[in-house]
Amino acid sequence: MKEIHVADITRLVKELCINSNYYISKDVQGKIEESAKNEPWPIAKDILDKILKNIEIARNENLPACQDTGMACVFIEIGQEVHVTGGDLENAIHEGVRQGYSEGYLRKSVVGDPLERINTKDNTPAVIYYDIVPGDKLGITVAPKGFGSENMSQLKMLKPSDGVEGVKEFVLKVVKEAGPNPCPPVVVGVGIGGTFDKAAYLAKKALIRPLTEKNPNKFYADLEEELLNNINKLGIGPQGFGGRTTALKVNIEIYPTHIAGLPVAVNINCHVTRHAHAEL
Amino acid sequence: MERKITTPFTLDKVQELKAGDNVLITGIIYTARDAAHKRLIELLEHGEALPIDIKDSIIYYVGPTPEKPGHIIGSAGPTTSYRMDSYTPRLLDMGLRGMIGKGSRSVSVIDSMKKNGAVYFAAIGGAAALMSKSIKKAEVVAYEDLGAEAIRRLEVVDFPAVVVIDAQGNNLYEIGQSDYLKKNV
Repeated sequence: MKEIHVADITRLVKELCINSNYYISKDVQGKIEESAKNEPWPIAKDILDKILKNIEIARNENLPACQDTGMACVFIEIGQEVHVTGGDLENAIHEGVRQGYSEGYLRKSVVGDPLERINTKDNTPAVIYYDIVPGDKLGITVAPKGFGSENMSQLKMLKPSDGVEGVKEFVLKVVKEAGPNPCPPVVVGVGIGGTFDKAAYLAKKALIRPLTEKNPNKFYADLEEELLNNINKLGIGPQGFGGRTTALKVNIEIYPTHIAGLPVAVNINCHVTRHAHAEL
Repeated sequence: MERKITTPFTLDKVQELKAGDNVLITGIIYTARDAAHKRLIELLEHGEALPIDIKDSIIYYVGPTPEKPGHIIGSAGPTTSYRMDSYTPRLLDMGLRGMIGKGSRSVSVIDSMKKNGAVYFAAIGGAAALMSKSIKKAEVVAYEDLGAEAIRRLEVVDFPAVVVIDAQGNNLYEIGQSDYLKKNV
């Protein structure tokens, strides 16, 4: 049994909140650079160059790349050999978010009651997902999620007979309807299978996979590639001004489902796709 | 080619701009997003005066990050505009001439822009650190309790934006995408 103190968890969550917002990860930057090289449309290339310049300024001057520093989505992978000491794990995570958003000068974008809409003033609570895994490590991924793109996400319960064609049609429809609103070029997270809620979780989880990694299953890796090509034929382009680069990557995650269903969730992320990971 | 514009953003300046123009804005602009718009419209419904002079003004849809010590403002890129659509025609009727945001606008906003003479600009969504460089002064002028959503008076120099919808209703989101597809299929 390995002991991990809650103070270490709080400190790490704090750092990951700040780092993910200031330093856009190399996998995301690399995809934007690659897209800028391959972009045939001048206005689109100009926008991609400015986005890259923004990433540099944010990194060099320790500034949030985007003013929407998001709702903090925190993915915890807790090894079953780990014993958390010194307090409550969930409170330790919220405290890390509170400190990170305050000390990092990040925007506080969370309202308490969704209808009453009073700002909680410290960006808590986080949205936390726990996975229990073998081993004695505690993995933390912080993925702040902006709502310009979150608002453009959709879920549909397809029929089994809709099959893979139904999935492709739905993904393209969601990206097309989103148009210029979610700050293209976007990253598209797709969750297929499970239940209504599981599909949405898978789509969110797909967004934290590095953009340099394909789905390990060849069928789904090919589907990711095909969907990306088809999305980049829509013509929406960076910021919706026209161009090839509408999406940087499509990531698909799947789970077994029921004989009667084919849930598909599409979670859109903007080009400021943020994820930072560390282990204790 | 970039066109320079200065505030106040009068009707003659509005009418010179065409969808697709790159502009650099210099002068005074005001920030307002969801919660501030709601309050502005409530004031009008009660027959009260607005806290800003709306005539020939430009509103920037933004909620900046808090400024670090020694900084004028935090990162300050545009938020998605459609959430302001239900409030916008009322402000256009009062002389609002320009809006800076990102994303689509409703038919009623575009109709009101044509009727009143106004322009909708887009700034690059997500390029918030870059855009903060054009902001030279920032001051909260109303609704301080709203934090990031308070109304700020910004002094900007060469603030970069693109004309998306002009006063004739031409729309870069439609023209740009169809031009690209005609030449690149």
